[in-house]
Parts: sequence; C-alpha cells; structure tokens
Amino acid sequence: MSGHASNYQPKSAFAKWFHERLPIMDMVQGQVLDFPTPKNLNYFYTFGGILAVMLVIQIITGVVLVMHYTPHVDMAFNSVEHIMRDVNSGWMLRYMHANGASMFFIAVYIHMFRGMYYGSYKAPREVLWMIGVLIYLVMMATAFMGYVLPWGQMSFWGAKVITSLFSAIPFVGDSLTTLLWGGYSVDNPTLNRFFSLHYLLPFVIAALVGLHIWALHVVGNNNPTGVSVKSAQDTIPFSPYYTVKDAFAIVIFLMFYAAWVFFSPNYLGHAINYQEANPLVTPAHIVPEWYYLPFYAILRAIPDKLGGVIAMFGSILILFALPWLDTSKVRSGNYRPIFKQFFWLFVINCIILGFAGSGAPDNYFLSHEAAPPDQWALTYKLVGQICTAYYFAHFLVILPLIGLLETPKPLPASISDAVLAKSHPSTAHVPAE
Amino acid sequence: MTILKTLAIAAAGLVLSLGAAQAEGQKTAKDISFSFEWPFGHFDRAQLQRGYKVYKEVCSNCHAMHQMSFRNLSQPGGPEFSDEQVKALAAGFQVKDGPNNDGDMFERPGLPSDRFPSPFANEQAARAANGGAYPPDLSLITKSRPGWYGTINQLINGIGGPQYVYSVLTGYTPDDQLTEELKKEQPEGKYHNPYFANGHWIGMPPPLSDDAVTFDDGTPSTVDQMARDVSAFLAWTAEPKMEERKRTGFMVLIFLGVLALLLYLTKKKVWANVH
Repeated sequence: MSGHASNYQPKSAFAKWFHERLPIMDMVQGQVLDFPTPKNLNYFYTFGGILAVMLVIQIITGVVLVMHYTPHVDMAFNSVEHIMRDVNSGWMLRYMHANGASMFFIAVYIHMFRGMYYGSYKAPREVLWMIGVLIYLVMMATAFMGYVLPWGQMSFWGAKVITSLFSAIPFVGDSLTTLLWGGYSVDNPTLNRFFSLHYLLPFVIAALVGLHIWALHVVGNNNPTGVSVKSAQDTIPFSPYYTVKDAFAIVIFLMFYAAWVFFSPNYLGHAINYQEANPLVTPAHIVPEWYYLPFYAILRAIPDKLGGVIAMFGSILILFALPWLDTSKVRSGNYRPIFKQFFWLFVINCIILGFAGSGAPDNYFLSHEAAPPDQWALTYKLVGQICTAYYFAHFLVILPLIGLLETPKPLPASISDAVLAKSHPSTAHVPAE
Repeated sequence: MTILKTLAIAAAGLVLSLGAAQAEGQKTAKDISFSFEWPFGHFDRAQLQRGYKVYKEVCSNCHAMHQMSFRNLSQPGGPEFSDEQVKALAAGFQVKDGPNNDGDMFERPGLPSDRFPSPFANEQAARAANGGAYPPDLSLITKSRPGWYGTINQLINGIGGPQYVYSVLTGYTPDDQLTEELKKEQPEGKYHNPYFANGHWIGMPPPLSDDAVTFDDGTPSTVDQMARDVSAFLAWTAEPKMEERKRTGFMVLIFLGVLALLLYLTKKKVWANVH
C-alpha cells in the first residue's frame, strides 16, 4: 500500500511544467484522493479527521485571541475580560477556544479507545500508535499551559500544584521547578514562558500529526475486522467515499461543539477561574480540568509524592509499551470475547478514576461529607487507589494473560467477506480456514 | 455479562450523583428561576434597569464593578437605557482623570466611556472601611460563585451564580434568631448567613431592607424583589453578550444542521454502490 504509484497525469502545459519541478499534485492524487482505504470503516474511524479539524480551529482561534491578550500577571485576567466584552465576537473566539480544548480531548479519548478496541496498535502499526501517544502527551502539556493564561484562581493554583510535582524528582527536581517557574514561585516569568510555549506547542503537534499521517499511509488503515487488506476488492479510494463520510461526521461533531460554545460555555470550566489569581488565597479545592482527572486520581492514590508522580507519568508512558503488552495476534476486539469485556471494564475504570480525581480525597466517594479518619470508609482516595491498581493491572497482567488464554472467534477470510456477511447474513457465513 | 450490567448501572448512578466541592455547612442556593435561563431565555430589560438602581444605590457604596463602563448600559442585550439616560447617569459620578497640563490629577463628571469608579482607592482602604473584610468586585460575581454542585445538576440547572447572589442577599439569619451556640461562636462584626461561600459568617451587614430603593416603574421594592433584580443585573454584567451568544448559536446550529443533512444525503448516494 505504501509508495504505490499514483495515476496522476498532468493535464495542462502548466501542470506538466509544475509537476516536473514539484510533484505535489501527484502526492495529493496518490495519498489523499485515491488512497486505498478499507471499505468497512465505521464512524469511530472519523475521529482522526475530527481531531485534525479541532487542531486547526484551536490554532486559528488561538492566533486571533493572542492579538488581544496580554501575558502579564497584572493584565492577563482583564485582557481576557476585554476579549469577552469589547472585542467583536471576542466572546465567541474565547468560548470556542476554551471549549475547543475539551472537545479536542473528547475526540482524542474516543480515537484512542477506538485504537485500543480494534487493536490498531499491533504490528505493523506500533510506530503509528507511539506517535499518537506522543501527540497526546504534547496535547496535555499544551492544554495545561493554556489553562494558566487567563490567570484566574484555578489557573494560578493549578499551575502551582502541577509544577510543584517536578520538585519530587531526585537531585534535579528543585532546579527543574525553578526553571519552569523562572524564579522561586509561580509569577510573571512563569506566565510568560507558558504563553510562549502554549503558542509553540500546537505547531509541534501539527508536525507530529504530519508524521502520524505519514506512518498511517505507510501501513494503511486498520479496520473493524482487524483483518489486513488482501486485495483491491477490500478497499475503496479515500475520495469521494471517506471525504464525504468524514465531512458528515465532522459537521455532526461541530454541532455538539457549538451546543457547548453557545448554550453552556462555562460548564466544562471552573467557576472560580472567573476570580483573578491571588497568591495569598488558596481555593478550598484545587481540581484540574476534567480531562486530567483520571491522572490526578492516580497521582493522589500513591501516598508518596515521588511515587505519585511516577505513577501518573507511568500511566501515560505505559501506552508506549501497549503493542508489546497485548500478546494476542488477533487485532479486533470483535473477535476476542474475553478481551471485549475487559476492554469495557477498562473504559468504566477510567471514568470512575475521573470521578475519583474530582473530590476531596478524604470525603466519602461522590459526597461532600468528610469521612471519619480512623475507620474504614469508601473515600475518593480509596476509590482512586482501587482504580489505579486496576488501571495498571489491565496493562501489566490482564492484557498479556488474555492474549495467551483466550480462544478468539474465527476471523473472516477478508474484509470483503465480512462486509458481505453483514449485508447478506443468510447467504454468507464463511468461516476462516 | 452480568458483571458488565452491574457496572453499567453503577456507572449511571455515579453520573447522577452529586459532586463534592461545597464548603462545610454551606447551604445550597435557593433555586429561584430567572428569565434568562435555558437556550431561549433572555434578560428582562425592566428587571435589569431595576437591578442597576439597586446596584447603584446600595451595592456600589462598597463594591466595585470595574469591568463595566457606563456605555455598556445602553448596549443591546442589556438594560438598554437610552444614550441620553446613560450620559446623564454617567455625569452623576465623579471620575478621577489626569494628569492635566500642570501635572495635576483632577475630578470631572463621568462620561459614558468611563468605567464605573471604585468606591475605595485600593484593597487596603476597602478593608479598613469594612472591618477587615474586602468587598469583592461584582462584575463577574455570578460567574465566579456556584450556587450548587453536581455533574448532572450543573449541566441542567447551570452553576447557579445568580441564585447564589440572591440567596446570600435574602439568607441572613436575624440576630435574634441565632441559637445560643452560634451566638457564642459569632465573631465581632460578622453576620450569620448559611449561603455565604466562605464559611457562614459574613462581614457584610444585611444590605437590603424593604423600600431601600424606590423603583421608577412602581414595582414594590421588597427585599425579595430587589435581591432578584440585582442578581439578574449582575448576571448581565458577568455575561453581557449572552443574548448575542444564544442568537448566534441558533443560527450556527441551523446552518450546521442543514449542512449535515445535505452531507448525509450525499454520503448515502456516494456509498450506495459499495458492498
């Protein structure tokens, strides 16, 4: 599938002249328009395109917001309010950007879980998957720094808590924290360097997305059956089939996004961030944005600070090893009855972890009542600990074991067979040999 | 599969449950309804105008509102005073300006382009005049204070900021109704208010009493009415573009909806022969 010659034939004299100097239209024809794509991709496969659109929206709204924003501790908060009140459609730009971050994470989580369910990380797509994990890491850093910029109470205290984590690293921790802060506390230099990096990192993401797509185009798409493409019959050209399918899905996603932006723009944020940062007043509860909550729960689950930091970063870094932790040769969860159940358990576990990260550690889970300290109680912290243990067990114990113990269902002989069996269930039941 | 089902039920219960971030002993705000709730809701001009009067005559003695300018009062989507009214009303404030050509600061009557002047020169002056308490700026108060919590609750009912302001204004426990225990605990110069976000002792004396303000439209100025009106006014100061936002939202959704339908039909046609 890689490096296949395209059928591009320059039509005009100019196109021929241009083609001999820069064969970019040849690449567009081969990699975008004609790119052979499995014909059975479902709507979960549209989230790659949705993410690309979200990245572009974030960059465009962000670039315009910067034209009106002032990165200074005395002015940042008021400049954001200036955008909300005095800049034409400034409220829309800011709400699009702030909610856009949440939508970006919703889409990326669906995209990642889709990859996990259909085994898209397995050979030969390990590098494709690992670049994806890298993009996710950079996204998290970018979103974190972006949340600091409005310089509200949660911006400030969130920055303080998260940057302080680095001080737990042995030997270099304190120097590293001083470097991050640009001084000895979170202050103007911190805001300035976060602003600079928040502007830089999206372009790093864009470059990594380029590599991600390149890697995708070398090995080709996985698909819901997990069976590799075997003949030209299994594929259709990307355009018009997937351009129109992706476009439809993107517009539906944009409607979901617009509903937040226009009708509930502050729900996904924190009320307290509409209060200007005050280094002398610590908020009662410092909570990160919803998309970090599972990792925040993992951080708090370990009683030791360094241990917590290791567990938190480990919970993301372990994804790099996923292609080798899953021992099954069968890619798609559709043909792995045991794996399928554990996959959903894992998803639920991640959601519970999110809730576990949202409350005060010593309160009863899902309540704001403090639990008695000297007796057993189901607290946020305990739930976080149980779910953290399960999170790591899923990768380190469950996945390797299921691969060895489970008997997968028979695979279809080809993608075409699977598609036919689905559309004419009575006629085709072709077991794999 | 039974494990899965049990867990799914547990997960659903979890989503419906209350979140947890409320200060100890704090009462959930009274769930009164406002005209500007829900996607179709908009501000009630007369209410915002009344609310402005309450702010001007009561709140502004101690609370600043420095994100707002006088000109905002005549902008569409707000109280929509006329330009003449705003000019007159701005002129009623003395604003510090300068330096002039002699290098001196001077006072002059306010202009519509001026921001609302703050009642105190700085935080220290404000604290000194208010028994150590700092009256917060009110521009964003209804967006920065939730009235209640809970993942689903806030999604459906909003964060309850205006309700929070209303509840604090109307939620004082009269001194003669305090229990003996509370009386013992009562700090000097503080009042009992179970709705206050920062522990139930508040530095602000009950600011409203019946007929504190005379409304121009003849609405009886009960404490309840004034509290509702000023909460609505402060909801507008926190989100002055709310009406424009909702209106734009409907246009965007209708446009995207039609586009989605056309794309869906195109997709169906393009894919008709794939099998």
